[in-house]
Amino acid sequence: MTEATPNIPAIEVRGMTKSYGRTRVLDGLDLTVQWNELVVLLGPNGSGKTTLLKTLAMLTRADKGQMRLGGRNPERDGARARRLVGVVMHDPMLYGELTGAENLRFHARLFGIENIEERVAEVAEGVGMTARLQQKASTLSHGMQKRLSIARALLHDPQVLLLDEPESGLDQDALAMLEGLVKERSGPSRAVLMSTHNLDRALALGSRVVILAQGKVAYEESLAAVETDVVREAYIRHTGARL
Amino acid sequence: MRDRLLRSPVLAILWKDMVLEARTKDFFVSVLVFAIIVIVVFNFAVDPTPQTVGLVAPGILWVAIVFGGVLGLNRSFALEKERGAIHGLLLSPVGRDSIYFGKMLANFLFMFLVEAVTFPIFAVIFNISFDAPGFLPVALLATIGIAAVGTLFSAMAVNTRAREVMLPLALPVIVAAVEATGLALADGGWVSGARWLPFLAGFDALFVVVCAIAFSFVVED
Repeated sequence: MTEATPNIPAIEVRGMTKSYGRTRVLDGLDLTVQWNELVVLLGPNGSGKTTLLKTLAMLTRADKGQMRLGGRNPERDGARARRLVGVVMHDPMLYGELTGAENLRFHARLFGIENIEERVAEVAEGVGMTARLQQKASTLSHGMQKRLSIARALLHDPQVLLLDEPESGLDQDALAMLEGLVKERSGPSRAVLMSTHNLDRALALGSRVVILAQGKVAYEESLAAVETDVVREAYIRHTGARL
Repeated sequence: MRDRLLRSPVLAILWKDMVLEARTKDFFVSVLVFAIIVIVVFNFAVDPTPQTVGLVAPGILWVAIVFGGVLGLNRSFALEKERGAIHGLLLSPVGRDSIYFGKMLANFLFMFLVEAVTFPIFAVIFNISFDAPGFLPVALLATIGIAAVGTLFSAMAVNTRAREVMLPLALPVIVAAVEATGLALADGGWVSGARWLPFLAGFDALFVVVCAIAFSFVVED
């Protein structure tokens, strides 16, 4: 892991715009995530959370705007930017006919990881998957596939973690594992950007909340600076949710 | 040794596709069954005689291989689409061209294996002498061209509906393969068919380069 430069943010997004057909999903969005931060993205369905995370993961291209990951421009330095991020999306990104271990080994090879077997065993243990590693991914439950997907994202020890509703399908044990993991991954020289629909989890885990509405940042606040009731009010105001 | 080889992203992707194919047999079975059905049906439809076999057999052979190949190539990327596996590939720091070459090599290998089974069956059904060493360069070069274009259009299947528009791009390779096979069958030797080899090799080189460049635009939204 390289030492993060304090004055260069982990994630920097300026004027990001993305449309699918005539539907504008991101509308000139600005966002900065500093090192040591665990930023939680909240917002109603269609507010642009997944599109923002997919764009930051370089799985889709923005129509306009700029982004930097650890100061790197992914357009020019894609390979290095990809080494910096670990991504968990709704899809587990696994091959159903390969076992858990084969899936992890394959991704470890793509990242050029040394001591593949040790690293695979280490991340599998971290997500409580060791006993299921020799099982085909297609035969694993949704929750186990999600754990395997988290293990895949952690293989190369990324400095920035992008998580799109990672709690979906996880049982209580796995949720506790996930909470421990995201706290650990937002330590020095690291950062986490995570979307969720669970406000209580956002308030418990995050160092800052960002509420998206209609493709823009509608509200953002450090959780150290305000009472949680203020954030709850803002959440209701911007998402129309009933708590 | 294997672990050292698999450190190359291209070979790691090829190996992964070989393991998947060994377990599912999706590509091999679908292409082989389709190709044999086409050959058998045309054998009954045209009732080949020694006089007509040189005229119709090359077209039938390559139609069977190309359309069977389209089926198999679509299956090849359907596996990448399941569970979003293609996104896992795209998140890795390897170049998009490495992903393309890994997938292309796998598709080439699977098509070539199908041909290795189909061609002798074709020779028996159409009662022609099968000179395998002579046919090898034509089959190799034609399959490289079809796999090069086919890998790109099967990747398009992930994001677009207009994938079939790619098929005519492979036409020069298919025409050259049919002509080379036709000349060989008519003259009874592959030396006469060999005049198409530089043409095939030229189009292969063009397709491989252009498709590798186009691949990165195709696989991202």
